[in-house]
Amino acid sequence: MADNEDRYQHGEAHDPLVDETEDAREARSAAARLFDIRRVIGGLFVVYGLIVGLMGLFDSSAEIDKAQGVRINLWAGAVMLVFGLLMLLWQRLSPTEAPEPQRDES
Amino acid sequence: MGSGLRLNMNALDYLILALYFVTVLGVGFAARRAIKTSVDFFLSGRSLPAWVTGLAFVSANLGALEIIGMAANGAQYGIMTVHYYWIGAVPAMVFLGIVMMPFYYGSKVRSVPEYLRLRFNRPTHLLNAISFAVAQVLIAGVNLYALALIMQALLGWPLWIAIVVGAVIVLAYITVGGLSGAIYNEVLQFFVIIAGLVPITVIGLVKVGGVNGLMDAVRESKLGEAGLHAWQGTGSTDNPLGAHWLGIVFGLGFVLSFGYWTTNFAEVQRALSARNMSAARRTPIIAAYPKLLIPVVTVIPGLIALITVKGLGADQGDLVYNNAIPLLMRDLLPNGVLGIAVTGLVASFMAGMAANVSGFNTVFTYDIWQAYFRRDKPDGYYVKVGRIATVVAVVVGIGTAFIAAGFSNIMNYIQALFSVFNAPLFGTFIIGMFWRRMSALAGFWSLLSGTVVAIATYVLYKTGVISFNSDLEESFWGAGLAFVTVAVVAAIVTPLTRPKPDSELTGLVYGRSDATLADDSLAGDAAWYRSPVLLGVVAVVLAALFYIPVF
Repeated sequence: MADNEDRYQHGEAHDPLVDETEDAREARSAAARLFDIRRVIGGLFVVYGLIVGLMGLFDSSAEIDKAQGVRINLWAGAVMLVFGLLMLLWQRLSPTEAPEPQRDES
Repeated sequence: MGSGLRLNMNALDYLILALYFVTVLGVGFAARRAIKTSVDFFLSGRSLPAWVTGLAFVSANLGALEIIGMAANGAQYGIMTVHYYWIGAVPAMVFLGIVMMPFYYGSKVRSVPEYLRLRFNRPTHLLNAISFAVAQVLIAGVNLYALALIMQALLGWPLWIAIVVGAVIVLAYITVGGLSGAIYNEVLQFFVIIAGLVPITVIGLVKVGGVNGLMDAVRESKLGEAGLHAWQGTGSTDNPLGAHWLGIVFGLGFVLSFGYWTTNFAEVQRALSARNMSAARRTPIIAAYPKLLIPVVTVIPGLIALITVKGLGADQGDLVYNNAIPLLMRDLLPNGVLGIAVTGLVASFMAGMAANVSGFNTVFTYDIWQAYFRRDKPDGYYVKVGRIATVVAVVVGIGTAFIAAGFSNIMNYIQALFSVFNAPLFGTFIIGMFWRRMSALAGFWSLLSGTVVAIATYVLYKTGVISFNSDLEESFWGAGLAFVTVAVVAAIVTPLTRPKPDSELTGLVYGRSDATLADDSLAGDAAWYRSPVLLGVVAVVLAALFYIPVF
């Protein structure tokens, strides 16, 4: 791309198309205001946990037999409920605005 | 598929599914607030933390390919299927994070094809941009078709309704929410998919008498003892997979997997949206950890289905291998977790399709439209183009969905596509990154000839001119041959052509790092547990250790 020779004067392989979008991003990007996905995941799983867990309380013996005698709805509901609450707790303990969420790798 | 797979969904199961649809759309619309610039739309403004991009990275790959295809492979080939994870994914993901991400993220390219434009020239770029765009639409079609088939079989929805519902929801949240909509939903989808698959595995294992019961039963199945070993019997091709260990290590473990994971923009895009270099490098490595464990909820259900579903493995009808998971859902899950499992399957198809569509719209807008058609428009114009491209991709995807109908095993079809598009691309990338002298013209001819060789191998195999033990072996060898072709052509053409000046290579090749690049690290990035190299090495060691009990 010989026509871009003047762009490389900073010792960087800069490209005009890349630079333009980068400039626009730095000036106007709104992504920092993104909502927190942990709240959405937590909320959905709490609801799922409650629905499935309550169904588990009233499972007929036919349904328990189908699941090889495991009260799977009760178990799955409880696990999802706890998982959802943990997500909400994590979000509460370290909100998005913090520079870096804790337990990043967990 | 007939009505034999029909699930007994009740109102609460449908409520679970409906809640999921509502949430996914809500996330899309909420993400809309965060779109001001084209980088916001296509790369989430490069603002996301590593755990989000990492989970999206693994989720983007959890489409039809994973869930249905890998369970089918588990039933058909047994434990050897873990090769797709432990040697066929984890090392490449770690390599992407440690070695290649500094070039991708550091050069601020907005897509994988764009790297080729800067490193080589515009013809190389255009060739790759077009082949990628075509591949993404085809694969989006595969995902959509698989989704529709499952919905039709499980819920009794007519095929076209299933296709339209699936397509419209994905379309809505990507068109509106851009990559943030896609990525945030992928994180959500990851957890829903796991929540849907775990109960199947747990109840399935209870039914067959735990892990020991499973192993005993597999020994007596048609797979026999060979179904329990990953490496034994690979000295020849006399094993369930029909693959020699050389093919597994070099074909799958090196060329095929590195091609897929390191150059597939639908994946790499997730890392490019990370908020800084450290998070970008950790993205694929964080994804490697769930990847290590996913066989537990895909391969094991496959084996359980082999044992508990009589007659599984038919050539057609309800008992094809691809129905392993749906059959287990029908037989084992009561209402409640059944709704979760259906939702998980739907989520997986949407995640896969969304990854393809969001990869496509970015490459189409930045690499085709902006680079070759309408160059100097205001930034907001390209957001509009991206939204239109999304609509077009989904519409074309619906059309291509039916191409997938000709293949009994979706997995093989997708593998065939990847060997055609990704293996030569990986060869060109890796040589271009580490051999500074490689010229721009060499890049073009390498990529073109490698792609031609991969397509030719596939066509010759399909027409019966050359023969392999299985479709999978064909893709190993096709990928390997394409890679070698790329290397040979690069070595021949480079000395005959003009090198690219060093000033144009800064930040793009090994040994020419960009000294002016600002340090973007955040507080805490220096912590040992956030070191990409350490995290990566641990992932690879775990993958090796996991092989021990199933050697």
